[in-house]
Amino acid sequence: MSVSTEFSKGLIKENPVLRLALGLCPALAVSSSVNNAIGMGVSATFVLIMSNLLVSLIRSWVPTKIRIPVYIVIIATFVTIVEMVMAAYQPALFRSLGIFVPLIVVNCIILGRAEAFASKNGPFMSIVDALGMGTGFTLALVIIASLREVLGNGTWYGITITPGSFEPVLLMMLAPGAFITMGLVLGLLNWMDKRKADALQQEALEKAGFGKTAIAGEGK
Amino acid sequence: MDLSNLLVIVVGSILINNFVLMRFLGICPYIGVSKKLSSAVGMGMAVIFVMTLASLASYLIYYYLLAPETNFWGVDLTFLRTIAFILVIASLVQFVEMVIQKLAPALYQALGIFLPLITTNCAVLGVAVLNIDEQYNLIESLVNAIAAGIGFTLALVLMAGIRERLELADIPKPLQGVPIAFLMAGLMAIAFLGFSGLSVG
Repeated sequence: MSVSTEFSKGLIKENPVLRLALGLCPALAVSSSVNNAIGMGVSATFVLIMSNLLVSLIRSWVPTKIRIPVYIVIIATFVTIVEMVMAAYQPALFRSLGIFVPLIVVNCIILGRAEAFASKNGPFMSIVDALGMGTGFTLALVIIASLREVLGNGTWYGITITPGSFEPVLLMMLAPGAFITMGLVLGLLNWMDKRKADALQQEALEKAGFGKTAIAGEGK
Repeated sequence: MDLSNLLVIVVGSILINNFVLMRFLGICPYIGVSKKLSSAVGMGMAVIFVMTLASLASYLIYYYLLAPETNFWGVDLTFLRTIAFILVIASLVQFVEMVIQKLAPALYQALGIFLPLITTNCAVLGVAVLNIDEQYNLIESLVNAIAAGIGFTLALVLMAGIRERLELADIPKPLQGVPIAFLMAGLMAIAFLGFSGLSVG
């Protein structure tokens, strides 16, 4: 597999949050503002890259029976580093992300990539995979956070973008808004998938010479 | 130690700050295991059990090994909190699984398949971290853990009941499965928002 396909699969086709339904807790919890979403996305991406790299480097020495505890220790180490750096340099962000910073440890995306990819592939490809998955995670967070912040607060990344007459929907900033936005985004993706699949099927039928008769038959 | 304080914790963790619907902890099992009522109950019981044990273990580890004021060596090791807690939880889950398998095969039959899933349930690590952040003492930590587990089970069982009925409902195709589960969770969260007006104590 080429570098670009390994990278881009995490963005859309195998987006960890929107396609694989992994890492849902942080996706819902920190998506009330774009700033938080980016902070969480970057932190998780860092942990993902470092853990994928290390897991890939030691993959031939780790006995399969104890591999999961080993991965967890590696991930927890990098999460601790992120925690300390963020507390020192971004204290406001650290406070607003709250317990979700230490909870990056149990983000299933990270352990999932270590187990499914880094333990079977070389270090370079593992970093590419981590970058793709991390960017996909960040992208999903930013999409959900954008919808919630614009509708719930009238701002995007802290900048007011709606006219003064716009009354913010407070519900979007509260817990229910997160669930509803997530449900609707997932539904929209399913709908787009279905339309694409239908179009492909129609194209294939037309290619095979069935197109006109099929359409005419439906018309009757 | 007065009881009204514990009551505040119980009501707070079950209803006002419900772990799933208000704090967003344990969403994966909430969406994944809520298709059938029986498995939802099993998962809920397993989570209550592990959460209580994990809170006890993490409390002892934090105050006797890590925190500089109370530990045996007077050195500040609190930066090891995340690593220590996740290792304790992971090994605890393994240990509990082995013990139950040996001593109570019937219980193992009921809870067995849920136990491995619990290691990566962020609600368990979440309750351990919250107990420390809120500076609860041992009794308060245990009460908070049990209440959080009950809150999780409540949300899970309610959701499973709704989803069993949704099987028969006529839902637009793109919303079937996970999307409708999230929309339902949103409606339930609105209902739970009502509890935030509750004043206790």
